[in-house]
Amino acid sequence: MYVYDDFDRTLLAERVAEFRDQVARRLSGQLTEDEFKPLRLMNGVYLQLHAYMLRIAIPYGTLSSLKLRKLAEIARRYDRNYGHFTTRQNLQFNWIKLADLPDVLASLAQVGLHSMQTSGNVVRNITTDQWAGVAPDEIEDPRIWAEILRQHSTMHPEFTFLPRKFKIAFTAAKHDRAAVRIYDIGLRLHKNGAGEVGFEVMVGGGLGRTPYLGKTIRPFLPKRDLLSYVEAILRVYNQYGRRDNIWKARIKILVHDLGVEKFASEVEAEWQTMKDGALAIDPALVEEIASRFHYPKYEKLADHPPELGKAMQDSAFATWHRNAVSPHKMPGYAIVTLSLKPEGGPPGDATAEQMDAIADLADRYSFGEIRVGHEQNLVLPHVAQRDLPALWPQLEKIGVARPNVGLVSDIISCPGLDYCSLANARSIPVAQELTRRFGDLDNQRRIGRLHINISGCINACGHHHVGHIGILGVEKNGEEFYQITLGGRADEHAELGTLLGPAVSYGEVADVIEDVVAAYVELRSGPHELFIDTVKRIGVEPFKERVYAAH
Amino acid sequence: MTAPTEQKIRVKGPVVVTANRLADGAVIYRAAVGGWTTRLDAAAVVSTTQEAIDLLAAAKREGTTAVEAYVAPVAVAGERIEPGNLRERIRVAGPTIELPATFGI
Repeated sequence: MYVYDDFDRTLLAERVAEFRDQVARRLSGQLTEDEFKPLRLMNGVYLQLHAYMLRIAIPYGTLSSLKLRKLAEIARRYDRNYGHFTTRQNLQFNWIKLADLPDVLASLAQVGLHSMQTSGNVVRNITTDQWAGVAPDEIEDPRIWAEILRQHSTMHPEFTFLPRKFKIAFTAAKHDRAAVRIYDIGLRLHKNGAGEVGFEVMVGGGLGRTPYLGKTIRPFLPKRDLLSYVEAILRVYNQYGRRDNIWKARIKILVHDLGVEKFASEVEAEWQTMKDGALAIDPALVEEIASRFHYPKYEKLADHPPELGKAMQDSAFATWHRNAVSPHKMPGYAIVTLSLKPEGGPPGDATAEQMDAIADLADRYSFGEIRVGHEQNLVLPHVAQRDLPALWPQLEKIGVARPNVGLVSDIISCPGLDYCSLANARSIPVAQELTRRFGDLDNQRRIGRLHINISGCINACGHHHVGHIGILGVEKNGEEFYQITLGGRADEHAELGTLLGPAVSYGEVADVIEDVVAAYVELRSGPHELFIDTVKRIGVEPFKERVYAAH
Repeated sequence: MTAPTEQKIRVKGPVVVTANRLADGAVIYRAAVGGWTTRLDAAAVVSTTQEAIDLLAAAKREGTTAVEAYVAPVAVAGERIEPGNLRERIRVAGPTIELPATFGI
């Protein structure tokens, strides 16, 4: 857990005071909406269909119990008693009043929370693996580097008016849980042939109207060069990125138009002018940042304690354990995923009561720490295996122990037309209907790992392009239709999905997805071939033949 | 999609001018008697492009009550004014889903 100091607290307090003044001037009419809109967006405040929406940054998806309780308090006092965890590891409140926002931000600042870098054409909240620091397959904790880059990019004057928003993600594990290839810059910590740890730098990923996967422009970047190289990328983007057309303004378009080799050579030329200057990272800085990440004081424990062995005799517990509990780098500990995907519920939402209860459980069982994953679930990252039998019923009680993690009902979804002013179609009701259709957990386990991602418009906040099954809401003559793609994935083998066929209506979409899944069960080589592997092996045509013949 | 606030005004049926209230974001409509109302059935309904442009221009002059005003379709049946598309139905009635706080968790 990163601990803020006086500098951070002062910065937040000043920012809140500034925004309080801006809101007051807007409410009194001294500022027009045209003047105020960019200011509110710099503070994560959007105007949605019914109300303002406040997006709060959760840097690299790490929350303390104190922060989660604060979010619960805000939900209860200023919103409608719930919040929505997003695919960007942020939290959104959907019913905030503008007049309340200065008080909300002041309250958040008390615990080091803020909404900077959650909107506007800046470097956005930097994301990473929700298992960072605890994953057994990790080289080192990537959050230290994410924090260095977060501090460097916060209010960076040169990067406050980029051509478009800019998203950066880190991973340091073999298995990419951070979807680094779908971001403007993806950074993967790995070891080179000499055993040194550095970054693979990927650039130009992004979904939306023109989806691309990031391309590697530097297979190995020494750690000391992280800031200078990222700054060189941003400078090239700032200079050449298009500002005349919002749909062509992201760096992915620049990388595509220039060609990856030319783009890389531009970055290289810029970098050479600055690589040994002030941005070369001093190891003392890394040490200083690392020292402010307080790690748990783990006990010396053995794996598979007797309490766990006994509990595994209960089939319901064992089922949950197989699904939601993952190995930890420390012996005797485990990583526990909390499903925010109840049957018939909105994906990624948590009530104030759930947040408070999870904060309490984090204090009791996870050294006060909680993580947010881009799959819109939460994680308790440091649970002693001996405590799992005691933890499980308490998670059950608050509705977050449904053993559907990674299964067909663990749907990733944007808010869609029920909230969002950009959306063309609803996402949440489609997700809810699918979770009911696939409500039988035994059937879900027979189907196996299968990720469904839903977006209510081409902006792709639900990351539909990289869903094993992607669902994109579109509007045709005033009606909701849905395009379906198959074969996308967001991990280290990232792929963009392939369109299955013509869009289907709102009334048909759940039937069609059921048919796709039924076709997969029929077509797979055996019960152990995952959906994504079947699509890879046979393509989408066999699915298309079956699905469209039936509709 | 192109936000309604950025779309060219082309009126082919009854329309109203709608916006969000500045202080809290609530959905409001330009009222038949001037000013703003939260009731769609009290909204000013016009049927030509010029009338819609004029109504919108008048609405935008009052910059401290409403934000992001735009022209939205409605259906008129006798005294009743109904939203003209799904987006506007959702703006009037709220999300089509049960909110999490009452979901039974």
